[in-house]
Amino acid sequence: MSAHALILPKFDGDGGDVWRLENYVARGGYEVLKKIVAEKTPAEAIIAELKASGLRGRGGAGFPTGLKWSFMPRSFPGDKFVVCNSDEGEPGTFKDRDILRYNPHAVIEGMIIGAWVMGCTRGYNYIHGEIFEIYQRFEAALEEARAAGLLGQNILGSDFSFELFAHHGYGAYVCGEETALLESLEGKKGQPRFKPPFPASYGIYGKPTTINNTETFASVPFVLKMGGEAYLALGKPNSGGTKIFSISGHVSRPGNYELELGTPFAELLQMAGGMRAGRKLKAVIPGGSSAPVLPADIIMDCTLDFDAISKAGSMLGSGAVIVMDETTCMVRALERLSYFYHDESCGQCTPCREGSGWLYRIVHRIEHGMGREEDIDLLRSVADNIPGRTICALGDAAAGPVKSFLKHFEDEFIYHIEHKECLVPPARQEDGFLIPDYVSRPC
Amino acid sequence: MLEIEIDGKAVQAPDGSTVMEAATLAGIYIPHFCYHKKLSIAASCRMCLVQVEKAPKPLPACATPVTNGMKVWTRSESAVKAQKAVMEFLLINHPLDCPVCDQGGECQLQDIAVGYGGNASRFHEEKRVWVNKNYGPLISSDACRCINCTRCVRFTAEIGGVQEMGQAYRGDHAEIMTFLGRSVDSELSGNVIDLCPVGALTSKPFRYRARSWELTRRRSVSPHDAFGSGLVVQTHRDAVVRVLPLANDELNECWLNDKDRFSYEALASEQRLTLPMMRRDGDNWQTVSWQIALEFIASTLRDVVKEQGGQAVGALASPHATVEEMFLLQKLVRGLGSDNVDFRLRRTDFRADAVRAGAPWLGMKVVDIHDLNDVLVVGSFLRKDAPLLCQKVRHSALRHGLRVHTVGPNAENWLMPMGTRALVGPTEMVDTLAQIAAALAKETGKTLSKSLAERAKGEPSEAALAIARSLAEGEKTAVWLGNLAEQHPRAAELHLWGQEIARLAGAAFGFIGEAANSVGGYLVDALPGAQGLNASEMIVAPRHAYILLGAEPDLDFVDGAATVAALARARLTVALTAFDSPGLRQAADVMLPLAPFTETSGTFVNCLGWAQSFNAVAPPRGEVRPGWKILRVLGNLLELPGFEYADSESVRAEALPADVAAKLNNAIGDVPAAEEIAPRAGSLQRVTDVPIHFADPLVRRAPSLQKTKDAAAPAARMSAATLAQVGVAAGDKVRVTGVGDPVELVAEADEGVAPGCVRIAAAHPTTVALGPFFGELTVERV
Repeated sequence: MSAHALILPKFDGDGGDVWRLENYVARGGYEVLKKIVAEKTPAEAIIAELKASGLRGRGGAGFPTGLKWSFMPRSFPGDKFVVCNSDEGEPGTFKDRDILRYNPHAVIEGMIIGAWVMGCTRGYNYIHGEIFEIYQRFEAALEEARAAGLLGQNILGSDFSFELFAHHGYGAYVCGEETALLESLEGKKGQPRFKPPFPASYGIYGKPTTINNTETFASVPFVLKMGGEAYLALGKPNSGGTKIFSISGHVSRPGNYELELGTPFAELLQMAGGMRAGRKLKAVIPGGSSAPVLPADIIMDCTLDFDAISKAGSMLGSGAVIVMDETTCMVRALERLSYFYHDESCGQCTPCREGSGWLYRIVHRIEHGMGREEDIDLLRSVADNIPGRTICALGDAAAGPVKSFLKHFEDEFIYHIEHKECLVPPARQEDGFLIPDYVSRPC
Repeated sequence: MLEIEIDGKAVQAPDGSTVMEAATLAGIYIPHFCYHKKLSIAASCRMCLVQVEKAPKPLPACATPVTNGMKVWTRSESAVKAQKAVMEFLLINHPLDCPVCDQGGECQLQDIAVGYGGNASRFHEEKRVWVNKNYGPLISSDACRCINCTRCVRFTAEIGGVQEMGQAYRGDHAEIMTFLGRSVDSELSGNVIDLCPVGALTSKPFRYRARSWELTRRRSVSPHDAFGSGLVVQTHRDAVVRVLPLANDELNECWLNDKDRFSYEALASEQRLTLPMMRRDGDNWQTVSWQIALEFIASTLRDVVKEQGGQAVGALASPHATVEEMFLLQKLVRGLGSDNVDFRLRRTDFRADAVRAGAPWLGMKVVDIHDLNDVLVVGSFLRKDAPLLCQKVRHSALRHGLRVHTVGPNAENWLMPMGTRALVGPTEMVDTLAQIAAALAKETGKTLSKSLAERAKGEPSEAALAIARSLAEGEKTAVWLGNLAEQHPRAAELHLWGQEIARLAGAAFGFIGEAANSVGGYLVDALPGAQGLNASEMIVAPRHAYILLGAEPDLDFVDGAATVAALARARLTVALTAFDSPGLRQAADVMLPLAPFTETSGTFVNCLGWAQSFNAVAPPRGEVRPGWKILRVLGNLLELPGFEYADSESVRAEALPADVAAKLNNAIGDVPAAEEIAPRAGSLQRVTDVPIHFADPLVRRAPSLQKTKDAAAPAARMSAATLAQVGVAAGDKVRVTGVGDPVELVAEADEGVAPGCVRIAAAHPTTVALGPFFGELTVERV
């Protein structure tokens, strides 16, 4: 972990009680909240600080947090809601899980501050359904906060009241889309809503709602503690602060690494112990499975911040870095990704519902030696017909990998079609790791 | 109004409209599937993607609001590219089985595919396959054809009031199905057939009967409930094979209830009477020619009149008969010197007749239901009595917070948020209304009418008080009396108190009406004159000759057993009937084949006072003749003056007043309170309903409707407390004894029945013997 680990606390072993309120307070937690409540810091001042910090949404879209909070109609009478999106389901992403596991109070404090700024009376944290023990941990943290008077009626003796609840989903990826999350939270089938209206005007139960990612909320106390300018200085202009990168794949030490934005990719790779078995880097998906893949030569020249990755033709997304070495068959990798999007499409919009399945079936055929010459053009054409034509971005996400894999690795697809087998030799047992059958089997 | 440009054409669109609505106004067609003007916007099929100036990607026209100065292209390269792409996606998993699909020829997918589909498929994978579902007797499922537009799902939730269908699973596994495999047969569910833009949901009775382009379409009017929905009746080789709604935004919109949609099946029933028949010695019936039948009737009627006087003749018309038929029937019997004519066959209290100001009707326009704050419905299961009227109420209750209150012995599920429900037995209904009126007078600071003031006794019940308060608070309110209130033994007093409540609340006041022509019967004076006998008296004091028009003596009268007995005893009973039936064979002497609504021209006046005329949609079957022609010939044979009509229009011209609206009036004068008869100890009160699919001869013979939940055999339904009181468990077989012969039924638990009451459906052969609709019963385990 980097010297500037803000959100992920340092700990030994399995972390023990590092998540507990007393330890969070010992690390300086809830000081910001106490100060705000005591001084009755005006919302405008907090928003200005957030804007100055360059904090951008950590869920994938990178929307400036200060700006988002300023959209909330504070004067709107009646209930307003703040919702934390912990429905982390994208392949490669596992940072929110660790934040909630080791530092849940940072999220709680961030949400309370959000509620203070936006005049919210209620909040929910929607936690992915497949990490149930994390949900239980967060519930325990909530209990601690309630018992300490940090949540509920008259927080810290002030006239500010805010209720916060945890909710766990059932594992649908699409529920990470904010309006699908709201639908699911309301007890309905998790399908994205048509926008506009946006949640800021018509959110949960039709009330104004602001939704942020877990990491975004967890960053807020640290931003306010060190001041916007200082936070911005940690990272790069337009990409302020630190960011947790979940690095997975063919590296020696996969895991979460909190880095200043703008750190070169090579440095992250080094922190993760470099490539496994000293193999050669082939490609990296830098921002979760829906981000376009980048070949080794491009990514090795990149710094990890919103603008640099975007310039390189991909996106920083949620910071899930999937590393693939020279033994990776890109057709099989794409097949796996396409299967995921096919399986997770909510079924609402025609292009994504039908298109994601079509894409998967074609890639599946190519991978299994049944590809046809015209399949490459067909894949491109189908992938072009989905993005921008659906209610949410899942359609774009399904098409994105297909287009980027074809862009950088078309030769592998052609080889598969022509030779009915793989260009890449299978990973070898003698390299020193256990390779499950389904991985080592030749394509 | 906003100024926008669509395809280079300047278009004006109202504020808040969508691009789709603006384009429709301007006559520009944008292809679509999930969009439907009466349903919420899903924006999911993406077929209506259009190019909008300054938008980086194509936008769905159905969900994009119009802004001033907006420029839209529906047929530009980028729009058409997006539309074609969506079309390709829709077709990849579609079976393309148009040649064997019932929707072929009227399929939106097929039509739009002609414009936007490719001529060959690029999809070479295996198609996804879904298993067809069993949606019950009305709707046929071909699941693989489904394009997941979710119109059916939104309809059942938003219009039908009960989410009978849903979309389970996700991605291309997303599949339309019913909740836990239940059948889809609420009273409005047939509409999903019309809504389905492909052949995934088609009509089960119509399945494989004809191709849509072979059908002839003609307008008609529903012959069932008092709402009088517009119909498009489709025939194939002169046989009616399908009925669809005739859209009218001031009436049924584009919906139809299942009874209107599927009752046509009865037209092909084996029980159709196609030749005149006469009784010959006892129970031997023979077909005869029209001439023999009519001459026999004329001569017998003449004899009866000569021997017994004109008043020995009685005429009983079904409230489903047309204006023309009812008018000629009353003219005929009046010509014979009789005043005995009536069409209110299920009524028992006729005291209002003497003090009535005009023809009872709904008392308001359907469109005004939209703005109501409160409605009090007395004695009706509106969902089944007038499904589409109920749908308007539901719409208003769901969208505008209309508070719906009820008074009566049944509290069924209306599938909408309900206000206060006063669940009281039939004998308490008058008192409950009196309590509401008294409480309302107190709330509003007005005074009760003098004659009523002394009759309002006792403290108002909690429910009565709540209803009164709500009515006092509501700005726009209405009081409606339903079928049960009209059939009630003290109907005139319910009418009087309803009128009083409406006066105090400043509410609209009216009647839902039992049948297609309940208002028309009043307008053409198919009513007993000053000396005449009403429907009930004609049975109690049997006549020597009866003419029965379109009604079945056992099932269409308040006391079927007594009616059959009275008619059977008469010297002559002539039945003009579309169907042969055991009840008629028992009661009648001559049966004349009467044209059902599809084979005659005629007019129905609905509960809104609309006189809606229609023409025959098919030629009469066999020797069947329209009722107005039969009665005209009978008038001529009897040498009565004024029966020289050339067509049904001339009958209508004479029958209906020029200004129908002027004759509609719900006001009545004072009616004295009836003697209260204390109930016998240990007895229960009978509560009767006429289930939606038992209500008239046509629907009783529609096989598919008879398989639905609503056509379940009558049971003895009681609350758990009442069951315990009589020592019976749900599911037990019980003997029910009333005025008539005992009948054996199965006891059912139903918390929607008032305490001390047992609800037994009428208009069914198994319950005819019981006797009248109201009164005391004993229930014992067999």
